Amino acid sequence: MIEFRAVTKRFPDGTTAVDRLDLVAGAGRITVFVGPSGCGKTTSLRMVNRMIEPTSGSILVDGTDIASRDPAQLRRGIGYVIQQSGLFPHRTIVDNVATVPMLLGWNKRRARARAVELMELVGLTPELAKRYPAQLSGGQQQRVGVARALAADPPVLLMDEPFSAVDPVVRTSLQDELLRLQSELGKTVVFVTHDIDEAVKLGDKVAVFRTGGVLAQYDEPGVLLSRPADGFVDSFVGRDRGYRGLSFVSSDGLPIGEVVTVRVGQPGPAEVWTLVVDEERRPLGWFDGRSAGGGPVDADDLVPGGSLYDTGSGSLRAALDAALSSPSGRGVAVDDEGRVLGSIGADDVLRALADARRAGAAV
Amino acid sequence: MNWVLANLELIRELTVQHLGFSLPPLLIGLLIALPLGWLANRTRTGRTVLINLAGLLFTIPSLALFVLLPIVLGTQILNPVNVIVALTIYTVALLVRTVADALAAVPQVVVNAATAMGFSPLRRFLAVELPMAVPVIVAGLRVAAVSAISLVTVGSVIGFGGLGRMFTDGFQRDIPQEITVGIVLVLALALAVDGLLLVFGRVLTPWARLRETAGSTA
Amino acid sequence: MNYFGWLFDPAHWSGPQGIAARLVEHLGYTALTLLIAIAVAIPLGAWIGHSGRGGFLVVGSANGLRALPTLGLLVLLAGFIGIGLLGPLVALVILAIPPVLAGTYAGVRNVDPAVVDAAVGMGMRGRAVLLRVELPNALPLIIGGIRSAVLQVISTATIAAYVALGGLGRFIIDGLAVRDYPQMIAGSILVALLAIVADLVLAGLQKLLVSPGLRAVPGRRGPRAVPAPKTADPAARAA
Repeated sequence: MIEFRAVTKRFPDGTTAVDRLDLVAGAGRITVFVGPSGCGKTTSLRMVNRMIEPTSGSILVDGTDIASRDPAQLRRGIGYVIQQSGLFPHRTIVDNVATVPMLLGWNKRRARARAVELMELVGLTPELAKRYPAQLSGGQQQRVGVARALAADPPVLLMDEPFSAVDPVVRTSLQDELLRLQSELGKTVVFVTHDIDEAVKLGDKVAVFRTGGVLAQYDEPGVLLSRPADGFVDSFVGRDRGYRGLSFVSSDGLPIGEVVTVRVGQPGPAEVWTLVVDEERRPLGWFDGRSAGGGPVDADDLVPGGSLYDTGSGSLRAALDAALSSPSGRGVAVDDEGRVLGSIGADDVLRALADARRAGAAV
Repeated sequence: MNWVLANLELIRELTVQHLGFSLPPLLIGLLIALPLGWLANRTRTGRTVLINLAGLLFTIPSLALFVLLPIVLGTQILNPVNVIVALTIYTVALLVRTVADALAAVPQVVVNAATAMGFSPLRRFLAVELPMAVPVIVAGLRVAAVSAISLVTVGSVIGFGGLGRMFTDGFQRDIPQEITVGIVLVLALALAVDGLLLVFGRVLTPWARLRETAGSTA
Repeated sequence: MNYFGWLFDPAHWSGPQGIAARLVEHLGYTALTLLIAIAVAIPLGAWIGHSGRGGFLVVGSANGLRALPTLGLLVLLAGFIGIGLLGPLVALVILAIPPVLAGTYAGVRNVDPAVVDAAVGMGMRGRAVLLRVELPNALPLIIGGIRSAVLQVISTATIAAYVALGGLGRFIIDGLAVRDYPQMIAGSILVALLAIVADLVLAGLQKLLVSPGLRAVPGRRGPRAVPAPKTADPAARAA
């Protein structure tokens, strides 16, 4: 757990970067600091490992005031990932990852073995161990950065815009990877970003900062989207927040309707949309009975389906999107294995939303 | 200052001689380095060969070069051509790399745009690439100029004229003032030529100045 | 006239004033000068680059050196200090320090700030950051500076024969005094060869000492696979 107590940072030129910040980043959770540039989010992060000293106030990590600790010792127990990766260009990947264990006095063999373990954990093949950073892609470099931060198994991980320098596709996969890692490791993560979508996707709780280092709102992402504290947060959260907020509403209890399914080669019913499935009841596409006129279903006639609504991990957003993107108007609901369970309509989703609101959910 | 006042005419003569040794190599060297630099920028092999050759020539100490050139050129040992050729070699060695780097730094989009508009390669080089490379080339030329002005003095060890004479003469006749004044004059000359080239480069590239002012007001 | 006869006459190779002895002298001056220059310039350059204070002095001294006539410096110091070893040695050290200083300063200064930030953030202390991160990354430019300095010193030590120093320059000056052109040629060839060989040896050393990670790796993609400049200031010659 990381606790900010009335933390203020004023720079020598008089600007206030952080203004009386009170905040608790929960143990084992991802806390995201988000805001426009100059809002003090990075300064706040860098005060946790004493890369910047606060002007006043105190910061506690797991109950200990960090001001009482030797900075270098403190930092060896806190993972640190930065935007430009900051990998040592003169050292191989494995030695980069082994840096903190070596600083902690592990012997070389143990540190390297641990490094290779970590590389596999973040999805890097061991063949990369002997390469140098310049030989890796930007996405790979960021993975190395994460592995390096985790090498000594620190309970706390600080991540300063770690994914903002890579292209959007790679960024998405790195974000997914981080969530997977976090579900295994349960670190106390503080993550800084200027991208509200990234904040909402990754954060268990999100702190929105405004220029001048003032904390504007600190809430769970769903609450942030449905009940922004003020106009600033509202505009920062951006367009479509109502729709995006549905991501945080569970679809439990959403009634799943029937759907008529057919296999390739079987006669397709006329005048209606029919879902075409394979032997395992996985959806292949839709068959439009009005244009085909009742012959057998040909694989070439399929109309591509929309997004799928996975009932296991589903949110109302996934359900609504499935309905809206389906050519038949009915979203396809599937189970964990991807097998068709039934279908849902947009009106079902909206009705479920109304019910949730009546029950007091923050939507 | 007595020595200076008594020898103004000598100082003037040596200064003119000094410029006569150091300025022609700059012009000749630039004219030779431009096509060579262009060549070095065009092919990988050309670059490897030319840059390495330039590095090799640059390595040869100046006094040795002054002594060895007469064998190659068939000149007398104190023929001024030796000094001019030696300094030209250093200038070319320095500028080939500069020109190649300057041309390589011209944004590819600009080159592509020129090609797309129908420039022939030669025309494109003269009208687009070379002007854009001017600031870097002038910077290299300034380094070459300062080096050349300083290097001319070495020739006095084996009897050439120029301001280096003030060092050999001052040393042999034990006139520290002559040596000091000589050093100051060489430095002043280098500074003056450096400044002139700086201004020359600015005049040649008015767009670069525009960018500077735009950048400072932004 | 047989230009090269003198050089290949075995009689000229041995003895206290023979080629071998002069070569050893020349190497001795160069090594001694470099040792002093490195001892002064690397710590100073590293400190200036690390702290960022006084950088303009470094750049200024490297630029000023180019304009400073080495012969003038040699005769001036010979006049003040005397024509033994000390006067020329002081001149040589003065000329050797700026390239090493500039190389070290630029090398340390050019280390990616994110790399230093990461090093500190992982818990390295100041000394470790300098020794394990900044200096190894600065090495290509430091060795580049040393290469420039070595060339400068070999070249200037030759000229220093004029103020009665030993070394290979003696053949040029002594040959000139008695109009023995072949002897001058021999001296010049030897000095040129010495400079070229010394530069090649240092280039080899550079390859050996600098981490492969700091070199460009052709054919492999990587956003930061930029070739490291080989020397800090290839033009820092004035002799």
